[in-house]
Amino acid sequence: MKTGPMTEQLELFGCIQCGKCTGGCPVARKTVLNIRSMIYHMLVEPELDVSAHEELWDCTCCFNCVERCPKDVRPAELIIELRGQLVESGRIPETIGTALMGVFRQGNPTGMAREDRTAWVNDGNPDSRIEIKAAQEGCELLYFVCCTAAYDLRVQPVARALARAFQAAGLDFGTLGTEESCCGSGVRRLGEKGLFEMLVEENGEMFRSVGASRLVTTSPHCFNTFKNEYGLDGIEVLHYTQLIAELIEQGRLNLSNEVNKKVTYHDPCFLGKQNHVFDEPRAILKAIPGVELVEMDRNRERSLCCEGGGGRMWAEGTNLEERLAFQRVQEAAETGAEILAVACPFCLLTLEDAVKVQGLDEADQDGRTLQVMDIMELVNLALVD
Amino acid sequence: MEMERNKPAALIIGAGISGIQAALDIADAGYQVHLVEREPSVGGHMAQLDKTFPTLDCSSCILTPKMVDVGNHPNIDLMTYSEVVSVERAGEAFRVRVCKKPRYVDIDTCTGCGSCAEACRMKGRVVSRFDEGIAKRSAIYVPFPQAVPLKYTVDPTACLYLTLGKCGKTFLCKDACPAGAIDFEQQEEFVDLEVGAIIVATGYDLIDPRTKPEFGYGVYPRVMTGLEFERLSSASGPTRGEIAIDGKKPKEVVFIQCVGSRDPHTGVPYCSRFCCMYTAKHAHLVRDKVPDANITIFYMDVRAFGKGYEEFYDRVKHERVVYRRGEPSEIYRQGDKLVVLAEDTLLGEPIEVEADLVVLATAVVPRADAQETGALLGLEHSPDGFFQGAHKFRPLDTPMEGVFLAGCCEGPKDIPDTVAQGKAAAASALRVLAQQERE
Repeated sequence: MKTGPMTEQLELFGCIQCGKCTGGCPVARKTVLNIRSMIYHMLVEPELDVSAHEELWDCTCCFNCVERCPKDVRPAELIIELRGQLVESGRIPETIGTALMGVFRQGNPTGMAREDRTAWVNDGNPDSRIEIKAAQEGCELLYFVCCTAAYDLRVQPVARALARAFQAAGLDFGTLGTEESCCGSGVRRLGEKGLFEMLVEENGEMFRSVGASRLVTTSPHCFNTFKNEYGLDGIEVLHYTQLIAELIEQGRLNLSNEVNKKVTYHDPCFLGKQNHVFDEPRAILKAIPGVELVEMDRNRERSLCCEGGGGRMWAEGTNLEERLAFQRVQEAAETGAEILAVACPFCLLTLEDAVKVQGLDEADQDGRTLQVMDIMELVNLALVD
Repeated sequence: MEMERNKPAALIIGAGISGIQAALDIADAGYQVHLVEREPSVGGHMAQLDKTFPTLDCSSCILTPKMVDVGNHPNIDLMTYSEVVSVERAGEAFRVRVCKKPRYVDIDTCTGCGSCAEACRMKGRVVSRFDEGIAKRSAIYVPFPQAVPLKYTVDPTACLYLTLGKCGKTFLCKDACPAGAIDFEQQEEFVDLEVGAIIVATGYDLIDPRTKPEFGYGVYPRVMTGLEFERLSSASGPTRGEIAIDGKKPKEVVFIQCVGSRDPHTGVPYCSRFCCMYTAKHAHLVRDKVPDANITIFYMDVRAFGKGYEEFYDRVKHERVVYRRGEPSEIYRQGDKLVVLAEDTLLGEPIEVEADLVVLATAVVPRADAQETGALLGLEHSPDGFFQGAHKFRPLDTPMEGVFLAGCCEGPKDIPDTVAQGKAAAASALRVLAQQERE
């Protein structure tokens, strides 16, 4: 690949090689990924053999590098562009190909049937099935469920808890049902630009036709891409933590059941460092009676990535052994918390896996266990309809 | 102050080293100077420093005599704890109104004995701004022992009586004062002046390191700013110059340069100019006081451009100070140590360096009220927010004829450059004053 055009397009000439990007890159500590050095290569060499850089798939797109770069170079965008070169030439790991194909065919990266997208409303108990309005009939609030929350059995309760809370607050909300398609956040970050543009067009059109003034998401990844990459003028995009915090503030949710737990909160990269939503999730936790909120050392802007972003849910990367999530759940355990609260489907899955692998869900010598829960699952326990 | 009636006078706003130097030069030339300083003492930032680079002169030792001179000079009308509130052009001259803020202490009778501060109910409870928050003082105070004038001031934000309307059954400070100098009835006082020239020497602020949350300033007490380190290292500081954190000498000391500087995100696209050198000086001070410490300086580029500076940088490196190229990205805690995450860009490898003291070289920024000061005097700002000189060949002139700039209010600069500008601004003002005198 010729380096010139991409160097110009991404304005890499502004780089002063300070190393702040690689210095703060969570995966650079465990793999050979070095974005600072790659930028230098782009600047001084006429050619780059992209296929020799398998480590490009290691990036989680946590955007530490973008947030901290003093010169606006946006290093992660170079990784996304270089992945695009690999995608174009078809040199991609099989699991990524499958995920992209799933999005193309069924509107979700798991490749599960589009007709099953609404399965999340059913928790197996016919009495508690939630009736949800079709947004296509018109509604004030469009709830975008997210592929992971719709299909993954572990995350489905989060979506149900959200729907219950919206109902309890008396919101006029609806979902797109089986017509909801992947937001494309991961698709873009895996370098599949064409498919992402198609999703932006189709989803954007659908959102506008609903006529809702607000769009709320389960996942910070959907939230980030709708808010910053879709150009949805006139539609206010919210992450659920922002909306729930607002409903609590307005006194529209009755959180009366006590949840007597020591809780620590893990800031998701796409919500926290990328969109600076730090306070609302904490405000929700503090509003739950009985919850004692404790902080991990690395919190807010310094939160450690769980390694679930940037398409990494569908690509293992080059170092399977040392998962950042393992380190993260140990940090959570050190606080003495019983609950590690998250606000992102990916964090929920990666951190829960890590808790199990590390055996932190089994009682330690003090009889303590660590459990990963989404903030909405805690709200659900506290909520009185 | 016996002055000839038609002899024009100068106003100098700010009594840091540039204002002090300008005042002394103009006063020595025989013109009267009104030197206005908003803090209770003259001295500015230089009074806070331990040593000065590259000669390692003791900062207070070279500054204090000049401070005393401005306090005693027959041609200098020193107005501390005062602020300029309005400036009006009147022909070639300016009519200036100065507000003398109430000290609640009569400056003529206070002997500076300190009995009031000893007695104050808030003793040891008020954060000392002069000591950059690493020490506490009373609500009635002198910022530092060498203050000029050595007169006490009641801090209106901390005094129990002034904030809550009541201080126990009796004023302990008043009872303790042998001179009867404390006067809570004191009010603001306005003084009108007519001057022929004005020098703006209002200095600089440092960026709040919390704008770089990745460094954990405010979270970890062992992460401090360069100015806090000066107070820690200064023989006249709260630790009497012992570099100690929680009573222990730090063994792993890390310095981080360019914190906020050269970074358009923080609004500081420029180089702050003197941090490379003071960091080298800090490393020298640590080596001097903690001989077995491991000292690491993280840098992007070392800018040692002044007279004797490259030589000083060489000297410090030979004192077993390791310069590692790379701007750290994050600091976090591991056990009882801090860990600095960076890439050593020369190795091309991410590294983790343990630290029990981290010093941040924070960016130099315009005074928080630079816009108001500019509006008061009709000054222009360059895009960096500092005041803009008129022209390459008239670098200290401003759009307002007769108003000149000196020191860091024009942009970051080290002490030699600041003093040079103070002297240059004095020369520019003297030219105007001499012209007015002839007319």
